[in-house]
Amino acid sequence: MPQNYVPIFIFVALIGVLIPVTLLAAKLVRPDNPNKTKLMPYECGIDPVDHARGRYTVRFYIVAILFVVFDVETIFLFPWAVKFKALGVFGLIEILIFLVILIVGYIWIWKKGALEWV
Amino acid sequence: MVPLSYYLVLSGILFACGVLGFLIKRNIITIFMSIELMLNGVNLSFVAFAAQWHALSGQVFVFFVMVVAAAESAVGLAIIIAVYRTRQTLNVDQINLLKL
Amino acid sequence: MSASATPLAVEYVRILPELVLSIFGMAVMVLDPLIDERRNQRTLGNIALLGSLAAIIATLYQSQYPGPGFWNMVNVDAFSVFFHFLVTTVTAIVILTSYDYMEVQQIRAGEYYGLILFGAVGMCLMSSAVELVLIFIALEISSISTYILAGFRRRAAISSEASLKYFLLGSFATAFFLYGVALMFGATGSTSISVISQVLRSGQIPVLAYAGIALMFVGLGFKVAAAPFHIWTPDVYEGAPSPVVGFMSTAPKAAVFAVLLRIMFEANAPGRLWLIWVTAALSMTLGNIGALVQDNVKRLLAYSSIAHAGYLLVAFAALPSGGIPAAMFYTASYAAMNVGAFAVVSHFASAGERYVTLEDYSGLGRRSPLLAATLTIFLLSLIGIPITGGFFAKFYVFSAALQANLVGLVIIGVLNSAIGAYYYLRIIVMMYMREPREEAPVPAAPIGLRAALTLTVFATIYLGILPGGVLEYASRSAAELMRQ
Repeated sequence: MPQNYVPIFIFVALIGVLIPVTLLAAKLVRPDNPNKTKLMPYECGIDPVDHARGRYTVRFYIVAILFVVFDVETIFLFPWAVKFKALGVFGLIEILIFLVILIVGYIWIWKKGALEWV
Repeated sequence: MVPLSYYLVLSGILFACGVLGFLIKRNIITIFMSIELMLNGVNLSFVAFAAQWHALSGQVFVFFVMVVAAAESAVGLAIIIAVYRTRQTLNVDQINLLKL
Repeated sequence: MSASATPLAVEYVRILPELVLSIFGMAVMVLDPLIDERRNQRTLGNIALLGSLAAIIATLYQSQYPGPGFWNMVNVDAFSVFFHFLVTTVTAIVILTSYDYMEVQQIRAGEYYGLILFGAVGMCLMSSAVELVLIFIALEISSISTYILAGFRRRAAISSEASLKYFLLGSFATAFFLYGVALMFGATGSTSISVISQVLRSGQIPVLAYAGIALMFVGLGFKVAAAPFHIWTPDVYEGAPSPVVGFMSTAPKAAVFAVLLRIMFEANAPGRLWLIWVTAALSMTLGNIGALVQDNVKRLLAYSSIAHAGYLLVAFAALPSGGIPAAMFYTASYAAMNVGAFAVVSHFASAGERYVTLEDYSGLGRRSPLLAATLTIFLLSLIGIPITGGFFAKFYVFSAALQANLVGLVIIGVLNSAIGAYYYLRIIVMMYMREPREEAPVPAAPIGLRAALTLTVFATIYLGILPGGVLEYASRSAAELMRQ
């Protein structure tokens, strides 16, 4: 059993050697003149407004919570999609009921104003 | 082929890490993450047993556990926000209006 | 069990109460934001009440069609019908007591009623599920609803704190239960209780099965507030809204006891006797001793509920023929008296739950004779005085334990009942022997509360005078359960 891992250990060893070597080689070869703009974190070309550890509004948490629920519920669609033919009309109706329940939740969130950005 | 016991030991370790984190950590979010770790440990053993028994049902259970865990975490985060609004802290030692 | 098979129409009847409750729950949720702000409380409550009554009717209808459903995930038998009836009735009574409470506390949130119905779905499903993963999902449906309900007095810091504690410790316990399920699956290759039972009855019991049972017991023991997993109970009961406490101290407990009965007896769990012996003795003792020193009535009743979980567990250590009916009878009579007691407590608590200490109950016998008399009946039943349901509940449990030669456990139980009498009598003495205090006003009982109290008093007395019918039904369903 452990001998199966020998290639992996060889890779680990290679990584341990190659990466420092290439980094060091690059450091020795390249020109080095840093300035303020160059050292700025890259955020798709937009200037950063604040540091990343700052506090942000609680609205984001609510969006995140809603996202988590609706995101994970779709996991049930995958097995159904794979066996779509075998499950037939019954499967289709069941999944539609499931989606209707999700939509009821969505309507409730909407009407309660959880999607408004206040 | 990795033997079953390896998976079970790993899942046991994950579960134990979760229990330990739950017991010694003081920040609610960290405690909450420990619970998720426990559930993931359980998921690992479900999958391992499913492979051993050649029963697909074990893998389906993992789906359900994940979804239930997501629902639980949504509710949990909402409760944590509610507590933070009334108390302005997430340290369990300071959330002590009710004496044990 | 081919993938393309469709369930028969009769199988939908076998989950009919759950379907009815879900549909009404969703209706409440959707209507809540659509209708007028000021009137919606009562309207939504009425819809929810209608839903729980419809679920009771669905349960009675369902009892005509016993049998398995949905690929042996659920099984409708006399046992599950009993618990369905119990849960839906408790739900209806709790909704009746909530009307007035929500107005007094000025909580405007229609989803309160929706969550009660969704919780009831989980509890009903728990009692008819015969598959461990479905039991887990049902347990979570009911738990998640009660986590939120516990924090419903959002402006009060203790309420959200109670909710947080309940949530953290509850999900901790759920993880243990789930690990137990996983190990049981590993030991037997199935999560169906009947298959597990076959494997465990034939030949050698795998070591994993013992570990699985122990872990599942930890998880479920937490949910019924049995010692040593009871730490959360007094805190959560003190912080949560009183009608919710009445709900979560009875309906989910009854459902979890149903699950425990199925796992312990139907699956013939190995090594259960010592596990239960120790837990029962600890719960009775710690619960009663804890209750002695409480000044807050809600905390006192919390410790009392720990003690009652202990008495109930005594039945689990007995033989199935006597233990199952005794446990079922106990859950029913405990539900009646405890929901009633908390209904009275929630009425006296008044705005912001200000009046919940023992002192506040002084002189209630004079200020509000009828309500005080009602509370007295419930407290006497909790002690176990004859002509109340509590007496026969204890009587059946202890006689079932004696049949199984558990003399030590019965002695501990009887001693504990004697200790318990002291703190319940303390409340009664406060109400009748002390001068009334000026500050705590007692408003007249509204119609919803009256209906709820009439029902619970009737049930408590009925179980105390004519226990035969319920016990006979319970024995029949126990025999049916063991035959499978």
